Amino acid sequence: MKNPKVYVDVIARFSADGELFPLEIIWEDGRRYAIDRITEIRRASSMKAGGTGIRYGCIINNHRTYVFFEEDRWFVERRHE
Amino acid sequence: MKVRTILHVDANSFYASVECLHRPEIRDKAVAVGGDASLRHGIILAKNQKAKAMGVKTGEALWQARQKCPDLVILTPNYPLYLRFSRILREIFYEYSDLVEPFGLDEAWIDVTGSTGLFGGGGMIAEELRKRIKKEVGITVSIGVANNKIFSKLGSDIKKPDAVTEITPSNYRQLVWPLPASDLLYVGPATGRKLHCYGINTIGDLAKADPAFLHRLLGKMGYVLHGFANGLDNSPVERLGEEAVIKSIGNGTTTPRDLVCDEDVRIVYWSLCESVASRLRQHGFLCRGVQICVRDNRLVSFERQTRLDRPTCVSCDIFDAAMVLFRKSYDWANPIRSIGVRAINLVGPHTAIQTSLFEDEERLSKREKLDIAVDDIRRRFGHFSIHRAVMLRDHALGGINPTEHTIHPVGYFKPSG
Repeated sequence: MKNPKVYVDVIARFSADGELFPLEIIWEDGRRYAIDRITEIRRASSMKAGGTGIRYGCIINNHRTYVFFEEDRWFVERRHE
Repeated sequence: MKVRTILHVDANSFYASVECLHRPEIRDKAVAVGGDASLRHGIILAKNQKAKAMGVKTGEALWQARQKCPDLVILTPNYPLYLRFSRILREIFYEYSDLVEPFGLDEAWIDVTGSTGLFGGGGMIAEELRKRIKKEVGITVSIGVANNKIFSKLGSDIKKPDAVTEITPSNYRQLVWPLPASDLLYVGPATGRKLHCYGINTIGDLAKADPAFLHRLLGKMGYVLHGFANGLDNSPVERLGEEAVIKSIGNGTTTPRDLVCDEDVRIVYWSLCESVASRLRQHGFLCRGVQICVRDNRLVSFERQTRLDRPTCVSCDIFDAAMVLFRKSYDWANPIRSIGVRAINLVGPHTAIQTSLFEDEERLSKREKLDIAVDDIRRRFGHFSIHRAVMLRDHALGGINPTEHTIHPVGYFKPSG
C-alpha cells in the first residue's frame, strides 16, 4: 500500500492581510489541479494520512477534498486506488 | 479568596499518541517510544494502551519491555515533533485563559476562573477542550476540574484516556480519598514507606491524620501534604513566561560509554561547563560556587561543591573548579556512568566584584568576551560549528550536545526570593 500521506507542491497566494490560500496543487506525477473554491479553513487532524495542521476544505473539479498545511509543508490524503 | 476553577490537562501517552497519529500503519499495534539503547538511554519513555495492557511500564529497560511484549514496536523519540504538538495544545489553551502553566510537554494547568462567564463552567470548558483537541490535534487528553491544582491533577488521572473528571467539594471524599497516598505530588517511595508504617495508605488516611503528627514524621512537608489531601492548596497557576526565580543552573549527562580516566571526564566537563556558563550569561547571572555530581557504573552517586574566589560566568573558571573538585573527591574505584555540573549561589550581573592585584583583569575580561563570541557563533551556525580541540580526542564523548533535551518539568514549588 502506498503511503496515505502525500506531500505536494502547492502554488499559494498570500493576501495583504497575511492570510494564506492554496491556488493550485501539483500532484506527484506533475499533473496540476486548480482549486476552484475554498469552503473552510480550520485546524484539524487527519487520521487517514496521519498528521495535523491547518485544513483547507477545497473544491477541485467539483470534488470536495482537503489540503493540509502542516507547519511548512502541504499534504493531501491519498484516495484508495 | 474567590473560588477558583482550575483544569489540569494531561495528554494521554503523549509521545506514543503523536507517533501513532503520524503512522497509521502502527496504530493497531503495541507501540512504545524509547531512548536510544546504543547511547545507553535505553528505557521506555511512553507507551500506548495496547502496550500498557501487555504490562509495559514507563521507565523500564527496552529489553524488559520486549520480554513482556515481543511484538512491541519501539520508536526513537522525535522531540521536535512532540514540541510542535505541545505548542499546538498550548495555543488552544490560550483561547480560554492566559493563565496557563505547562508541566512538562504533555501536562498543563489552566486557571479558567475568569473565563467561566464567557464559556460556561469548568466542566463545560473541559468537555469542549477534550472534543476540540481530539478533532483538531488528533490525540486524546484527560482533564481534571477542581478548585485547586492538586485535585485537578488527581482528577485528570482518575478517568483516562479521553475523559473529564470533575472534583467538587461534595464528591472529593468519594473520588480522591480512596486513592493511594503515593498519587499525591511529593509522596515519593521514601515518604510512602514512612506513611505506610503508620497505617497511612490512602489520601483519605492522610487527610484525617493529625497534622502535628505528620509534622513530627515528615517535617514541614507534613503540613503541606495534610493540606493537599484536604484540597487546601492555594498555589497559583503561573503564567507562562513568568520564569521561576532561578536558584542554580546545571547540566548533566549519561555518557555514551563509561568514563575511565581523568581525560574522559575533562572532555565531558568541558562540554557541560560551556553550556552551563552560556546559560548563566543568557540569564545574566554570575555564580559564586560550583557543584559536581558523579554516578559510577554501579549507580552509586555523590555530590561535592566548592566556593569560587570571585563570581564568574566564564566556562573555563567553572571547568577548572569542577576538575579540581573531581580530582579531590574521586579515586576511580569504578568507571563512571554519568556526571553533572551545576553553577550555584547565583548573583546578578551588577554585583560588585573585588578585583585582585595579582590577576590580570584585562585577561579575565577577554576570556568572557571570547565566550560571548562563541555563544554568538553557535547561535548562528549551530552547536557543533565551533569546538575546543579536546573534543576531537574522543568522537563519542566530544559529540554530546549538551543543549538538547532540557524539557523535564520543574518542581511544583517555585523557589521564592
